[in-house]
Order: sequence, then C-alpha cells, then structure tokens
Amino acid sequence: MHYKNNHRPKTPKGLLLSAIGVLLFLHLPFAIVMLYAFTTDETTFTFPPPGLTTKWFGVAMGRPDLWAALGLSLKVASIATVFALLLGTLAAAAVSRSKFFGRESISFLLVLPIALPGIVTGIALRSMMGLVNIPFSFWTIVIGHATFCVVVVYNNAIARFRRMGDSQIAASMDLGADGFQTFRYIVLPNLLTALVAGGMLAFALSFDEVIVTTFTAGQQSTLPIWIFSQLTRPRDRPVTNVVAFLVVTITAVPILLAHHLSQRDNL
Amino acid sequence: MNNHENTAIEFNQVSRHFGEVKAVDSVDLTIQDGEFFTLLGPSGSGKTTCLRMIAGFDHPTSGQIKLHGRDVTNLPAYDREVNTVFQDYALFPHMSVGENIGYGLMIRKVPKSERNRQVRAMLELVQLPGLEHRKPSQLSGGQRQRVALARALINKPKVLLLDEPLGALDLKLRQQMQVELKSIQHEVGITFIFVTHDQEEALTMSDRIAVFDMGRIVQTGTPSELYERPRTSFVASFVGTSNILSGETAQKITGSAQNISVRPEKIRLVAPETETADSFCAADGQVTAVVYAGMITRYTVALAHGQTMIVAEQNLDDVSKSVATSRGKQVRLIWPCSANNVLQDPE
Amino acid sequence: MRSAKQPNMNSPLSQANPSRLRRISTALHNRPGLFLLLLLSLPMGWMLIVYIGSLIGLLIQSFFYLDGFTGQVVKEFSLRTYQGLFTESHMEIFGRTVAMAAAVTVGAAALAFPLAYYIVRYAHARLKALMYLLVLLPLWSSYIIRVYSWKLILAKEGIVSWFLAQLGLTPLLDWVLRLPVIGGPSLSISSLGLFFVFLYIWLPYMILPIMSALERVPKSLADASGDLGGRPFHTFRYVTFPLAFPGVVAGSIFTFSLTLGDYIIPSVIGDSSPFIGMTVYSYQGTSGNIPMAAAFTVLPIAVMAVYLVTARKLGAFDAL
Repeated sequence: MHYKNNHRPKTPKGLLLSAIGVLLFLHLPFAIVMLYAFTTDETTFTFPPPGLTTKWFGVAMGRPDLWAALGLSLKVASIATVFALLLGTLAAAAVSRSKFFGRESISFLLVLPIALPGIVTGIALRSMMGLVNIPFSFWTIVIGHATFCVVVVYNNAIARFRRMGDSQIAASMDLGADGFQTFRYIVLPNLLTALVAGGMLAFALSFDEVIVTTFTAGQQSTLPIWIFSQLTRPRDRPVTNVVAFLVVTITAVPILLAHHLSQRDNL
Repeated sequence: MNNHENTAIEFNQVSRHFGEVKAVDSVDLTIQDGEFFTLLGPSGSGKTTCLRMIAGFDHPTSGQIKLHGRDVTNLPAYDREVNTVFQDYALFPHMSVGENIGYGLMIRKVPKSERNRQVRAMLELVQLPGLEHRKPSQLSGGQRQRVALARALINKPKVLLLDEPLGALDLKLRQQMQVELKSIQHEVGITFIFVTHDQEEALTMSDRIAVFDMGRIVQTGTPSELYERPRTSFVASFVGTSNILSGETAQKITGSAQNISVRPEKIRLVAPETETADSFCAADGQVTAVVYAGMITRYTVALAHGQTMIVAEQNLDDVSKSVATSRGKQVRLIWPCSANNVLQDPE
Repeated sequence: MRSAKQPNMNSPLSQANPSRLRRISTALHNRPGLFLLLLLSLPMGWMLIVYIGSLIGLLIQSFFYLDGFTGQVVKEFSLRTYQGLFTESHMEIFGRTVAMAAAVTVGAAALAFPLAYYIVRYAHARLKALMYLLVLLPLWSSYIIRVYSWKLILAKEGIVSWFLAQLGLTPLLDWVLRLPVIGGPSLSISSLGLFFVFLYIWLPYMILPIMSALERVPKSLADASGDLGGRPFHTFRYVTFPLAFPGVVAGSIFTFSLTLGDYIIPSVIGDSSPFIGMTVYSYQGTSGNIPMAAAFTVLPIAVMAVYLVTARKLGAFDAL
C-alpha cells in the first residue's frame, strides 16, 4: 500500500456543499443586519432596500436613551466581569490544585446557570429578591450576570492550570519561593492570557444578555433590553438597524481578541 | 553517636500512605555527605515518593526526615536547602534561560549584578556559555537538562535531587550526561540523590544504591555489592540478569535447598561428562536457544527438573559457526562455587 | 565553585525573621485543608447562596398560592398552585414547547454533523482554524441582534420572499404558509419561521460538542475500518457515528434546554401561541402570580434533570 505523507481522502462533494451551506446559514444574517443599517426605508423591512444612506447613524448618535442604555450595559458588564474573574479563578485554583471529594460537583454547579433554561435562572433570582425584599437596582443586574459569567472564566482558567501542570509550581517552591511569590512570578504570568480571554468572553456574555436581565432589572434598560423593546413594539426601525450594526461590529472585537489569545497560547 | 557532620539525609521509619496504598512503608535510610546516592526501583516502588519527601513536595504520614541533622519532616519545600532537577525539567516557559537560572537568587533578593555574574558562571559550568537570553522553547532536550541543573546548583544546595533527569534523552546523549553529571558532582562536592529505574545507569554512576520494591528498601550497598551479593531474588533479577536456582536443583548443586543466584557470565559451557575440580559446581542440560549479541553469545539451557539457566559467553573467537549448530546439543555447565550467592528471600 | 563548601551566605534559612507573607504561606502549607477552604469559600458561597438558594426559594414559592380575591400571595404550604398547573391549556403550552425543543434539536443535529465532520476530517489546518472561528463567532455574538436579523429576513417584504419571487416560487411559499400548525400569515408570523430562528440561534451549541467528540475518534479507527474492507459509508455508519454520538447528546443538552427556556424568540417571531417561557414571564409580571410562575418552571427543570441523567449514561459529559 502506498500512502503519501499527509494523506487525506478526497472530500465528498455533498459534504463540502452542506458544510458551506451551514456556514452561510450562520453568517448571512449578519450581512443582512449590516445592509439594513444603510436603508432609506423607514417603516418596513423591504428587500432590496429602496436606497442607501448613512443619515441614521447621526440620528442614533443624538438619542440620549440609547446612550444611557449603552452606559448601563458597559457598567454592568465591567463589574460582572470583575466578579466573575475573582470567583472563577479561585474556584479553578482550588479544583486544579488538589484532589478532593466533590470536585466534579463544583464544575457542575458552575455550569448550571447556563445549562438550565435562562428563564429558570431569571425567575429564581427574581423571586429570591422578592422574598428577601431586595429592591431592583444596578446591583441586582450585576449579581445575576456575575452568576452565569463565572463558568466562562473558570473554564479558561482551569484549562490553563491543567496545561501548566504541577511541576512549575513545585520547581518554584523548590527554588525558595513561598506560595505568594510563586503565585506572583509563576502562576499569574502563566494564567494571564487565559484570564484576559475568559474576562473578554464574560464581558461579551454579560453585555449581550437579555433573558435573565429582564427579570432582575426592574425599570432600568440595558442595551439588549432597549433592542428587545424595539422588537416587540417597533417605533424607531432605522435607529434599531443602526444599533444592530454597531453591536455586531463592536462585540466582534473582544471575541476575536479572546480567540486570538487562546489560539496563540495553544501553539 | 549522632555525628551529623557526615550525614546528609536520614530517614527514620518513614511511611507515606495514600489511603490503603502504602507508597512508602517504614523506610530507614542514611545518606552520607558528598555521596552520589541512587534510589533504584521499578515504577511505583516508592523511590519517587521518597525523593518528593526529601524535596518537601510531599510529607510523611509517619516517621522523621533529617537534613544535616535538622528535622525537616514537615517543612515546606522553600525552607529546605535542597534543590531538584525535575524529570520534565519544569523550566519556566515565560522566562529566559538567565531568568530561570537566576530565579532562586531573585527570590532571595540577591542584587541584579551579582545575580548576572553567578548566572554566567553557572552557564560556564554546564557548558552553555552565552545562552542566557534564549527562551527554554528554543533549546534542545540536552540543553534544557543543563539549564535545569544550573538553576538548581546556583542556590548551592546541601543536597541535589535528580528525578530521572536523563529519561527523556537519547542513548548517546544520556551516556555523555552520565559522565558529565559525575564530574559536576565531583566539582561542586555536594550530595547527589538520583532516582532511576535504569539499573545500568545506577551501577555506572552511583557510590551507593538503595533498591526499592513495593514501598520498602530491599537492599542498600555499593554497585559491586548489589551485583555480586544480591540479598533477594528481586534484587538479583532487577539488578543485572541472574540464574535463580531453587528446590531440588539447588539441593543437587549446593547440597542445600536454599535459593541461590548465579550470574550468567560466571558460567562456562563444556562438553558433557567433563571432569571438574572440587571448587567448581556443575549442571547438565540441553541448549534450547542461542542468541548472538556481539560482545557475548547468550545460551539458554534446559536442566533436568524443568529449570533453565542463561549462560553468557564472551565471544573471544568468531563463533558464527558454533552458534548455528549448538542448538539442541547436550552440554555441561560449570562455574566456580564461590560464584553461588545464597538468597534470603522472605518465605 | 569553590564557594560551595563554604557557609551559605544567602541561604533562606539565614533570614532570622521570615517575612509575614512567608509565615502565612507556611501556615497555609501546613494546613492544606484550610487553604482549600479559603479558596473555595468565596466562589462556592456565592453559587450556593445566590444561585442554589434562589432555586430552592423558587421551589418553596411554588407551594405558596395566589389568593384570587385579594391578588396577594399567601405564604402557606399548599398544593393549590400545582392543582392549577395541570390544566389542559397549560399542558398544551408545555407540549408545544417540548415539541419545538425536540424539533430544533433534531434539526440542529442534522445541520451540525456534516459541518463538524467536514471541519474535523477534511479541512486542512488553516482552514480548520478559520472554520472553527466561524462557528465560535455567532455563538458569542449578540443574541438579541441575531434574533433581530431574522425579523428582517422573514418579513413579508424581506429577503426570503424576494428571493423566492425571483425564482418564481412564491406559490410554493404561499402553499407552505397555508399548511396547518406550521403555517401563518407570513414566515415571520408562523411556527415554521419560529423553528428556523431557534435553529439558527442554538446551532453553534450543537456544532462544538460534535466537533470535540469527532476529534476524539482516532483517525486510525476509520483507516482500520477501510483496511478491513468497509466502504466510506459503512465506516461512517458503524465506526465514526457511534463514537461521535456522545457529542450529539452533549449538544442536544444545550439546544433542548435553551429552546425550552427561551421566551424572547417566541415573543418576537411566530404567531404568539404561548411557550413555557412566555407563560412564566407573564405569570410573574402582569398577574403577579409568582407561585404559578415558580411551579411552571419546575416542569422544564424536571425535564432537564431526566435529560441530564440520561445524557450522563450515554457518556455525553465527556464530550462537553
């Protein structure tokens, strides 16, 4: 038998076509969103757009309600990310540093908020807040977001801990560094890119979240909630189109950056 | 009687249990200062756990460990004057070679200029001058090994621990490093404790060896003591190759039913019925296999009573003809009775 | 190296007073259990109090009931709410949601498998990395914008209608929309449209676990099957697919659970027939009937619990 190096079978045509088809299905909607930001059509979603304009970008910029929603979303996402970084890293350190009874249950517990239907997490938090009389506020949104963001940081951190192995830490201690010095000089530099990647994903997750937020937000409006209200009762179609355009472009940045970081480190 | 001047490491009834598993079981051990001491044993025999307990990565369930007379049983790794060369080298990937080697000094707040001077001296010692700005990922396996050695030695430990450090190297490089390690040890004059499962490596390098089996030390001694006078059949067959004779066979040869071991190279093959002097032992059998191995030829001989013996004959002449024809022949095996080693196997 | 035998000047032991941090470090070193507890206390405390606490609170509230006259929640143990839960209209909502979740899961598996299979088995390294990113990107992109895009796509005057008109297939679309159950006035206001949106939104969650399961099937197994005379289809049917199946199950946990609990999509797309999520939302919101909302969420939790136990038996957790 003769095998060439890197021998790969020929791709069946049907498989290639369906793979391309599925990728198009996943990405064409983004192209549509991009296109509609420039339509001159104010009241319907006519395709093809009757004309193209950039004037709606200016209109959107002048909307104070949008700026307020964006500001709230950024604030919530930043603080929820800080919480998630702290809690996720601690949990990952504990689980990876020692073998103890119940390690699996910890991973399971952390995944639960995103594995259970979003409505469950939302209603549970809301009813709890009602039960102990916590008024809805900025902080109630943050608590909800932090809870489901922990797992993202945790997953990134624990993968890095695992790849690092025990011997670097042992070597550092062996060379005279105590636990804190080892953390500062060895663990943290190794962990940093994983934490940045995890933090960015947590930020993106929080920035986009709408289901849990509707239950914990009270009267406040994050950007996704603002968009949601436009979906159910459309009043400002052109402005919504522009917002959609901006959100797609802006959220792509941390996602691509996080991806780049974890790819680079896995080489 | 406690002359700690010369004692580097002392184990006093040290045990390490993981639940039901006795990884290390009541080990007593004394290692002299300046010795090249090897912990030898198959994987899972407890040698690595012992090393980890000396380093401070693990702690005994019971018993006491002393380092130069000081009780270090429960001290963390960073409070012991012991350094380790790890099996996978454990170089810090985000630091340069120079930063790796200078790490211990940096932790001890040695000024940078002094640190750099010592790092350069260390790189000279391990024959890697001028590589301090490389990253570990840019080094070959052998170079990493030397950096790991330099990183440990720069701290001037009282004892250097080496955890199978040559395992990842190819044969040629390994033999070269064996010689180099010995000469470095000679130069720095400190105790080296070496863990390996390779008996040949252990015999070549060590002043003394402790053989581990199932969490216990079965024998401690110099390489020639272990090789010539193994105490149990485990040691006899783990260190080198041995013919172990038992029961009726042993009875017939030595007059006692106690197990004995005989090294294959002590035995000669002669024609059947050959007369021998009284100081020689003999056994008759049939050659069942012949393997030509360059320096020697190895014969497998089936004795009466179902036992087989291995004979290694040096190839003084070209034996290619006799190798082809000797299979199936009746032969007599003779060896000096002084080569018989009585084993003290536990019942 | 002459200095090696001289007294060690910079030995750590010569520090008469170890720093405070070092003493803390040593104290923790000697009590590994305490150290572990310190690490775990914050994250576990948070998850147990905030999350598990809330879930238990939810369960407790499902045993309270709403007083019909006063509109107040009565905080007494009672099965009244559960009696109200198992009505015909509620069961219809429940059945509709589960049916949709099942359909979306099957559809997602059908679309995800060929793509995952292509990426893992046929794409070269660089193409593989690119395609992986193309799967990840929508997963992390804004959920609400992705839903919004389909409002644009499925609109009566939108791109799908336009495209079908260009092909002269408008009558076909009209025929499909006249079908009972899946049809409606326009794609945007039909169950069929709703199905497409769910499928689109949750599809990446199915692709990734299948990919990681396929990555774990050694290439040599497929080669061995080929060597033993298996045609490519047989190799797929008897070797590759069974070994990658845990990945499908793992993906289905997400597609099923996420569809089950979504209330945004059915309130934006479709013919407004209620789903579990919407019902829960309206019970807790407009009618203030938290006990009923709580009892209603117990249903999807129970379904997911059964699902997770089954999935674990099928080995899906290794593919996560």
